[in-house]
Amino acid sequence: MLSVLRSIWGVFLHAFRRRETVLYPEVKPYLPPRYRGRIILTRDPDGEERCVACYLCAVACPVDCISLQATEDDSGRRYPEFFRINFSRCIFCGLCEEACPTFAIQLTPDFEMGEYNRNNLVYEKEQLLISGPGKYPDYNFYRVAGLAIAGKGKGEAEREQPPVDVRSLLP
Amino acid sequence: MSSLATNLINVFGVLFAVLTVAAVLVYGERRLLALVQDRYGPNRAGPFGLLQIIADVIKMFTKEDWIPPFADRFVFILAPAVIMITVLLSFTVVPFAPGVEVVSLNIGLLFFLAMSSMGVYSVVLAGWASNSKYSLLGGLRAAAQMLSYEVFMGLSLMGVVILAGSFNLREIVEAQKGMWFVLPQFIGFVVFMIAGLAETHRIPFDLPEADSELIAGYHSEYSAMKFGMFMVGEYIGVTLISVLIVALFFGGWIGPVLPPLVWFVLKTSFFILLIILIRGSLPRPRYDQLMSYGWKLLLPLSLLNLVVTGGIVLALG
Repeated sequence: MLSVLRSIWGVFLHAFRRRETVLYPEVKPYLPPRYRGRIILTRDPDGEERCVACYLCAVACPVDCISLQATEDDSGRRYPEFFRINFSRCIFCGLCEEACPTFAIQLTPDFEMGEYNRNNLVYEKEQLLISGPGKYPDYNFYRVAGLAIAGKGKGEAEREQPPVDVRSLLP
Repeated sequence: MSSLATNLINVFGVLFAVLTVAAVLVYGERRLLALVQDRYGPNRAGPFGLLQIIADVIKMFTKEDWIPPFADRFVFILAPAVIMITVLLSFTVVPFAPGVEVVSLNIGLLFFLAMSSMGVYSVVLAGWASNSKYSLLGGLRAAAQMLSYEVFMGLSLMGVVILAGSFNLREIVEAQKGMWFVLPQFIGFVVFMIAGLAETHRIPFDLPEADSELIAGYHSEYSAMKFGMFMVGEYIGVTLISVLIVALFFGGWIGPVLPPLVWFVLKTSFFILLIILIRGSLPRPRYDQLMSYGWKLLLPLSLLNLVVTGGIVLALG
């Protein structure tokens, strides 16, 4: 009987405790920088699209929510003709970000994506592309990769030796 | 003529007040439970979430009023009405303040006990008419629980009756001018409080509903306003028990400075809050624990209380 009264009193004291509830729309919860939310496509420091349309994200995606088509511009750079993410399927696992060789696809700490119409959850490239470089501000794939494109020949990338002529006898 | 007008004002005033309190409790209980559970509760609709009441009422009225094809139609519809009628009728004998009561019965207390016995029919009929196993189990539990707790609910009040020398609630309140009956009848108060919780099947004694075992017990099959009537009936029952505790043990409207009605409302609110707090604190006992607790502890206790009170009153003349 005494323990019953004690537990009633103990519960009553909780009336003066701090509330645990986060009043969400007014108070935003803290999301760590690596929180896996809305997916974006980033640009390199020069303002060009980072995505090289290698399809690795689409392959890695466990729910097949990424769809894209590769194409190539005049300078020899690959880019996606279209890039589509169906966020009504996406499970925000982050595997696409891990698979991406060029840091193009990234997850952001934003989860407020509610829609009244399911079709509005299908994001096209215009909605996905942002103007900045995202998490890796200095990285530019074509500047470090050996691939030759217009304006950058073989051996002109950063920390890349000029190509060795294997048929020459000179050291 | 003027007495008729007063009577009408009393009748509709009490009805309005009781239903308002029940409606506010639907919201208030959620807020208060949240308060003791470190949450906020409903606070979105309107200031402090007060419009939640209206939202709930609209929801209740616009839901599909479904009567299962396997149910006993007539009894199914009758059952929720019974609980509302019996609980509301019990309020007729309660004196809220001098002059504020619907009828001054000389058997007021017995009338309340009779009505609370009738309330059992509601639950049992609902459980039976639903024709589903969970409802039936809930109804059976309710019948056993309410019948056994009614026994010493009545007995616990007899001490008060002996002290006041009357079954009339007004006279019982007036007999407490010198001293509240909670002091000489503390055991009676405790037993009545517990029995009252069991009668309204509030949480420590909510075995007839027992969400975790019986879905929703006797009202599993009910929806819309029929379910709403069970819920409102429960809240009115809580108010009724609080009102009776105040009238029988805590001097009713008697109190200094403030007007009588204010005292009554204040005391009643305290007990409503206490009952909600108890809901937030205590777990549900097992069914056999409930029964043995009632028959082996509370019944002898109330009998003892009755005998001792009677003996002392006789000895003092």
